[in-house]
Amino acid sequence: MGSKTPFYDKHIEAGARIVDFGGWDMPLHYGSQKEEHHAVRQNAGVFDVSHMTIVDLAGERVRDFLRHLVANDVAKLKDYGKALYTSMLNADGGVIDDLIIYYLGETSYRLVVNAATREKDLAWIRKQAEAFDVSVIERAELAMIAVQGPKARELAAPCIHAEYRDAALALKPFFGMEAGEWFVARTGYTGEDGWEIVMPAAEAGSAWDRLLAAGVAPSGLGARDTLRLEAAMNLYGSDMDETISPLEAGLEWTVAWEPADRDFIGRGAIEALRNSPDRQRFVGLLLEDKGVLRNHQKVVVDGVGEGEITSGGFSPTIGRSIALARVPAGDYDRAQVDVRGKLLNVRIVKTPFVRNGQVRIDV
Amino acid sequence: MSELPGDLLYTNDHEWVRREGDGSVTVGITEHAATALGDLVYVELPEVDQDVDAGGEMAVVESVKAASDVYAPIAGKVIAVNDELADDPEKINADPFGDGWIVRMELSDGLDESEMMSPDAYQQLLDELDD
Repeated sequence: MGSKTPFYDKHIEAGARIVDFGGWDMPLHYGSQKEEHHAVRQNAGVFDVSHMTIVDLAGERVRDFLRHLVANDVAKLKDYGKALYTSMLNADGGVIDDLIIYYLGETSYRLVVNAATREKDLAWIRKQAEAFDVSVIERAELAMIAVQGPKARELAAPCIHAEYRDAALALKPFFGMEAGEWFVARTGYTGEDGWEIVMPAAEAGSAWDRLLAAGVAPSGLGARDTLRLEAAMNLYGSDMDETISPLEAGLEWTVAWEPADRDFIGRGAIEALRNSPDRQRFVGLLLEDKGVLRNHQKVVVDGVGEGEITSGGFSPTIGRSIALARVPAGDYDRAQVDVRGKLLNVRIVKTPFVRNGQVRIDV
Repeated sequence: MSELPGDLLYTNDHEWVRREGDGSVTVGITEHAATALGDLVYVELPEVDQDVDAGGEMAVVESVKAASDVYAPIAGKVIAVNDELADDPEKINADPFGDGWIVRMELSDGLDESEMMSPDAYQQLLDELDD
């Protein structure tokens, strides 16, 4: 038996198939992963993401601390509530974790890191924070949901306390706000509009019930994975880990090179790779033959070399198999993948595959 | 889960076998297997006339989650495959014991029923898995 989120009984009530995820008993699906996927693309779905780790940082030097800790630059955050996606690197430039940082004030930031990396992340953050006299508070007592889809905000708005509702609806993409004891952010992991909402555990059950009553589909980790793959959003542990540079995981856009004198952890190591001709590509693949691409399958580029699928699966929106892959340097747009002993043809495509309900690649 | 059809035999690999009365059998996967896999998205079928060994890989069923081999429960020759699964693999989820059949085989040496499970024996296996 793993840890249970405040929504566990609600999952059972909704008929969830429960699986272990990083020590947590989480819903894989509530009957049909594909239907949940389509509900999020076409209407709205709610995911329990309470297993993710919320960390609040405070202190006079918290900004300096974060400018050292992560590869993106929190100095970009000038407006209250603005969010920044980035990664924490080790000294070798490998990714310890990817995370979202919300700017809540000059001396106050909120971090959301992954569940499976919780312990090592907290240990790393606390160790690095010592020199900056920053307090690191884990908020394990809070519940968190993601309500995602074109109708998500409209259907979830009645759950927000009336006093904060209009402000929440006025949030711009990638902004969050405190709403009493709640926190509402226009962020997500599906490629659709929506909110991520943090709330006290005691209010979790009633919020869940109201969302379901409003027609929001309870959606599990299975749909969360196919949705994020279509949106070409990285999954820690699959697409990158401590041995992989963000530059070879499609995350260069989350690295702030300027100002050149900002000394973030891992900078020296990834700078060496920045202009290397051997730097691997991180690409999207569309399977042109029949079959399904899966994690760890070998990508063969004729005359160039070999790579590997880091996330592969079936895209319910496109009706074909897609993947993210790390492949050798070079200028090419076709490759083959070893699928159970057969070489199948794939085309390299510009990601995302799907965004806001629309297929973005040529199929 | 609904009741198991009483006219089928079952295997440890959660496949079912129906005797067609002419020396051939139809093979599919059970509702338990289909539910465990989740929504099916692709089925790789063997060629008609292909010979298969008992326990050999005969087809592959892939769901949103994972790929799983379908083994030949008995040695024989493939005489028909369910082509409709190519466009509609979810037939297996919708009707695993009927429209979701996978392969029809002609047996090399007849069917040794002692190698398979009765509906009652298979139900007992499922009950034990639930515990």
